[in-house]
Amino acid sequence: MTAEAAGIPAASPLVAPPVDRTARRAALEEAILPAVVALLVAAIVGDVLILSFGQSPGVVYRLLLEGTWGNAYGFGQVLYKATTLTFTGLAVAIGLRAGLFNIGAESQLAAGGFVAALVGLLLPSGMPALLTLPLYLIAAGAGGGIVGGIPGVLKAKFGAHEVITTIMLNFIVLALLNYLTAAHLKVEGSLHTAEVRAGALPRLSSYVAPFHGSAANVVLFIAVLAAIVTWWFLFRTRRGFELRAVGLQPQAAEYGGIDVGNVWWRTMVLSGALAGIGGLNFVLGYKHYYEDAFASGAGFLGIAVAIVGRNNPIGVVLAALVFATISQGGLAVNAVVPKQMVDVLQAVVIIAVAASVPEVRRMLRKIR
Amino acid sequence: MILLAFLAQALRIAIPYLFAASGGVVSERAGLIGLGLEGYMLSGAFCGALASYYSGSPWIGLLGAMAGGVAMALLYAVTAIRFRADQVVVGIAINLLAIGLTRFFLRLAFHSSSNSPRVPGFGAEQSGTGFGALATNPLTWLGVGGVGIVGWLLYRTAFGLRVRAVGEHPAAAVSVGIRVDRVRYLAAALSGLLASLGGAYLALDQHQFTAEMTAGRGFIALAATIFGRWDPARAALACLLFAAAETLQIQLQGAQLIPSQFVEMIPYALTIIALAGVVGRAVPPAALGRVSE
Repeated sequence: MTAEAAGIPAASPLVAPPVDRTARRAALEEAILPAVVALLVAAIVGDVLILSFGQSPGVVYRLLLEGTWGNAYGFGQVLYKATTLTFTGLAVAIGLRAGLFNIGAESQLAAGGFVAALVGLLLPSGMPALLTLPLYLIAAGAGGGIVGGIPGVLKAKFGAHEVITTIMLNFIVLALLNYLTAAHLKVEGSLHTAEVRAGALPRLSSYVAPFHGSAANVVLFIAVLAAIVTWWFLFRTRRGFELRAVGLQPQAAEYGGIDVGNVWWRTMVLSGALAGIGGLNFVLGYKHYYEDAFASGAGFLGIAVAIVGRNNPIGVVLAALVFATISQGGLAVNAVVPKQMVDVLQAVVIIAVAASVPEVRRMLRKIR
Repeated sequence: MILLAFLAQALRIAIPYLFAASGGVVSERAGLIGLGLEGYMLSGAFCGALASYYSGSPWIGLLGAMAGGVAMALLYAVTAIRFRADQVVVGIAINLLAIGLTRFFLRLAFHSSSNSPRVPGFGAEQSGTGFGALATNPLTWLGVGGVGIVGWLLYRTAFGLRVRAVGEHPAAAVSVGIRVDRVRYLAAALSGLLASLGGAYLALDQHQFTAEMTAGRGFIALAATIFGRWDPARAALACLLFAAAETLQIQLQGAQLIPSQFVEMIPYALTIIALAGVVGRAVPPAALGRVSE
């Protein structure tokens, strides 16, 4: 169907409506204030934890910053972690824009990496990256897209709630991948596949020497590209407009002639594909093999990244950097306080943002 | 004899599920999504072990466990009800928080990143596998009895009627003078208490706390809640079914008939099938996940 049929002027999704300056400022305040509140709350909780361990918060926070943004290796690790988190964050964000809560990014990420590794094992070793990269993108996207698409179809056809089905599928898919790896594909004495020889992607350290030892690799640029494309898709295309319309008011979208069920399952496929491509960061950029349980929580943190980034692709990239910093920072401070402190801080940030978003909105409305 | 051993082992696996699924039913019937069950269990297991270790009594351990589980559940309830935070987001975060906090304080209290020292627990010193060990553990009786108590509470008391009312139609509940928020706080606390006992069972049965020892049991309990269609008795049957499948897998391990990973999938696959409505549709409480403005 066309946008005109939906009673929408054809140009409206393509041209940003005129927004006056106060409204834009209000939107910005609404987006940034919860994150500020959350970081403050996290800092207080962090202080309490550090003091309970008999250490000085100032010393620990300085260690955390020095170990992440203070040297090339640490910064490289932050970039590496932020790369995966950008993909899973985008996956969750695009789902939420359509009103769908994709809790399955964890298994979609793993499935994407797994299928990419499978394809990689079949490719001849001499193939240039220019040829193999598109194949890997398709493979990883398909792996994640299928896992994401199942809950999408179940919701569109049967009304099964995607929160529960994606959680349940996480367990099913991870168990299946564990079985396939352990029973059929593993190198003896490990839980990973043989090494992929075709078109492995270079690490950043081969261009910038100080990154030596860090896992940051060129998938980083694919992540930035993915964020830009996702933004363009959401805000500058008709399909993106339909997606957001369904997210804002499914009944109204349906009445406007949009097939809501179709948007649901397509969005879940896209969401899963984004998470799946994130698997390339580990499989193709870092280790060059699939390893069981490599996702290790990056899918769940994607939920946090999307929420803190307010489902905006640019916000997602920034939030991914924040969470990657906290996560890498745990290793930097582990000698002084247990690294699990950062797990607590991440959880506190999520809870504080989730709790302060509606609160800030209400308060700002009252002030105006 | 083999059948008896099988039943004993299945029941033993089922007890933590029974506690947590009862908690899940109470929470979800009141309209609060039970995504934090895993976190309540873990918190209960740790606080239970901690209290038991320092007091020397597993009974004090139980009190500690309940305090830990209820605290987590109330944090969830306050953010979801008072601050109207998204329940799915906070529920997931509660689990991350419980993992982080228990591991942090495990290092602080016991200087270990993996497990606590031996703590006083219930049952025989040697955690046995027969009915004897089960029968001497008061939590066995409490877990089985808890299902009946929750069923009675939900269907035979004024409180239960209110819980079901706020979960189905909060606006109607308000119109007859029910304080919706208060009922939900109580339901959340009760769900945290029940799930924490499931965690305490694990820690006090094994006589120690190990990091992340709940290992997804809270999610199996959530699956049982849904597969049991939000009814305490049916959820309990679902728990027993899932536990029986696990037991079968353990006992057949030598035979290598089915890879263990496929048995692991059973609860989750059944839940998806139930939600998709292939065999009778599972319909959640109408106001699940929504807090009235």
